[in-house]
Amino acid sequence: MDFTKPSQLGVIPTYRVMSPEGVLEDPSRPPVGVTDEQVLEWYRNMLTGALASKVSAGEEAVTVGSAAALGRDDVITCQYRETGVFQQRGFTLKDFMSQLMSNRNDPGRGRNMPVHYSGKNKVGAHAIASTLGTQIPHATGAAYALKMEALENPTDPPKVAAAYFGEGAASEGDFHGALNVAATRGCPVLFLCRNNGYAISTPASEQYRGDGIASRGVGYGIETLRVDGTDIFAVYEATREARRKALEDGGRPILLEFMSYRVHHHSTSDDSLAYRTRSEVEAWKGQAYPIARLRKWMENNKLWDDTLEQTTRKEIRSAVLKELVEAEKEKRPALKHVFTDVYAEITEEAEQQREELRRLLRRYPDEYDWHEYDGGIEGL
Amino acid sequence: MSRPLLRCCGSSTRTRVSSRNYASQAPKARLNLPTDYGKTPLLHHTSKAALANPELSEDVRNGGTTRINLFQSINQAMAHALRTDPKVILFGEDVAFGGVFRCSMNLQTEFGDDRVFNTPLSEQGLVGFAIGAALEGLKPLAEIQFADYVYPAFDQIVNEAAKIRYRYGHNADVYNCGGLVIRMPTGGVGHGALYHSQSPESLFSHVPGFRVVQPRSPSQAKGLLLAALESPDPVIFMEPKILYRAAVEHVPNEPYTLPLSKAEVLKEGKDITMVSYGTPLYVCQNAITAAEKDFGCSVELIDLRTIFPWDRPAILDSVKKTGRCIVVHESMVNQGVGAEVAATVQEHCFLRLEAPVQRVAGLTTHTGLAYEKFHIPDVVRIYDSIKTVIEY
Repeated sequence: MDFTKPSQLGVIPTYRVMSPEGVLEDPSRPPVGVTDEQVLEWYRNMLTGALASKVSAGEEAVTVGSAAALGRDDVITCQYRETGVFQQRGFTLKDFMSQLMSNRNDPGRGRNMPVHYSGKNKVGAHAIASTLGTQIPHATGAAYALKMEALENPTDPPKVAAAYFGEGAASEGDFHGALNVAATRGCPVLFLCRNNGYAISTPASEQYRGDGIASRGVGYGIETLRVDGTDIFAVYEATREARRKALEDGGRPILLEFMSYRVHHHSTSDDSLAYRTRSEVEAWKGQAYPIARLRKWMENNKLWDDTLEQTTRKEIRSAVLKELVEAEKEKRPALKHVFTDVYAEITEEAEQQREELRRLLRRYPDEYDWHEYDGGIEGL
Repeated sequence: MSRPLLRCCGSSTRTRVSSRNYASQAPKARLNLPTDYGKTPLLHHTSKAALANPELSEDVRNGGTTRINLFQSINQAMAHALRTDPKVILFGEDVAFGGVFRCSMNLQTEFGDDRVFNTPLSEQGLVGFAIGAALEGLKPLAEIQFADYVYPAFDQIVNEAAKIRYRYGHNADVYNCGGLVIRMPTGGVGHGALYHSQSPESLFSHVPGFRVVQPRSPSQAKGLLLAALESPDPVIFMEPKILYRAAVEHVPNEPYTLPLSKAEVLKEGKDITMVSYGTPLYVCQNAITAAEKDFGCSVELIDLRTIFPWDRPAILDSVKKTGRCIVVHESMVNQGVGAEVAATVQEHCFLRLEAPVQRVAGLTTHTGLAYEKFHIPDVVRIYDSIKTVIEY
């Protein structure tokens, strides 16, 4: 009677390409198949993400690097810490700022909290919800639809779906349901886990006892790789290979676990020094910060220097500020959007409530400020 | 016939419990007699009756009918959908062999394993999967084995599917969960007890975004299910499980849709408006037959069909005519559909009312096996409520 002990199976190794000093870890391996233009674009995107929104600090390589490896028409579902994905796939600063300010240019019509982007039209990513993990089975379902589409149109380039989530969200039942359905139905889906060490204040040691999230893939019959998430080349290569594998044998899921660190607080309402030490944060920032690492690589390859760094940062900062100020000045969406898009057609009852709201606004004009809404009371 | 419902069974199982009859009636009962589905006016016992429905198009009315039960009519509707629209897929637990209630019989054989398949045992997984598929243009028919087991999927239903159109904003017409239909067997059978009897329609109606539908008969189910698949809004389709075999009637052979969010007046009357949906309608009819004879009153019976968004104008017009309203449903009286209808009626028809709005509904307790007959609205309670409003 030999019980299998988790400790017998050993820790799943971490794939890495570039050392913290910005050179190939293994000098004998083939060069990374990335052009200088691509590297520069990635760097700019990581920097823009970092300067525009601090929530993904420490994870820029995970989002930008993986998004760069996905197909243009691949379908993505994510959490809300994947600004880099939106950035890499074409979201502009104006798009970001409009959503942050809930103004009338926000595709989501001002309905969601900041960083909960709605961008399927533009970047192929589902509109974001605050609920954790719910997006994971959506990617499984989307992948199944893409698989059926590929059967009907075998000459079109095939697509995959990809779900991003954190190591905390991977504790939710939806993670389990998603992987299990994907494996049993052979869905071409990438499960991309950002293990950043914290779920708000809960460290990974309190989130799971097993070998991270990677060890779970095997349990579902899914091929898995653990990756150094602060090494953008490793992230890119792993995602590209995962995508290729996902399209084999009619379609199958692949799990990638990107190891990184959440440098910033969980959100603007959090002060993480309440649950971790400054020295822990500084240690990660110094040693493994993905932006710094790629910068070293670029400098080693004569693609970058201090001057370029200064001017680029200055340029990005002023662009961000400009868009932020513009977005703040914009009106909020029209008030009628309180009621639209719940059903395809506004119901008879919602129409009555709209009339009622109009009546109240007219009767008590000093109690409400409708001027900041597009069209004011006429916009209702 | 009392056969305990087991979660995993499709065929009958041998058990000693069959000697205990929880569904028996009192020997001298006059009112609380079991519904005779072969004679009830709520079902179409002739081809002519089935084709007389004004909601059907002329083509359908010129076609023929077949006498089938509820699971067969649902099977027919799904087969038609699978046959004519390559975007439709059907899945859930045990769907492949035909389903525990036989609704998916032969469908995997005809349409293949790509379009009709089993998912692992995970309601949250399969509903999440359905949502992702719907957003890529598929029309997923997601089956939950019993409404009692839908709760693991509740987050996906209320936080995701119901809100997706709204949070897409500008692109809502392209990205929404229209075409997603979640089906679930619902309601009491007389021996389903705590976990095979639930009717959670009001839980889904307290969050906007879904259309919640309960068909009362095979012909209604076929039309409403086909309408659900064409709806730009996601639909929760709750099938009264006791009617799967019990309700047999003539159903038009041609495919057809029936309108969602439109109530149907089953019987006109001038003294009382009775509102219900699903299985209780049959018990309402029995109570009305007895009451009209005993008290000389005339009762208008309305089937909501869609619980939410519901056809408020139809009910309000009726109550403005009669001045009295009784709402009947199986699920617990508190915070239910009855509460919603009663509040709306008293708000809009207050001065017209001759009596307070009555709710005849499940008692404020769980559906314990030994007590089901006392818990679920029966002919006596409905008959008695008619008496109350007439004598008020």
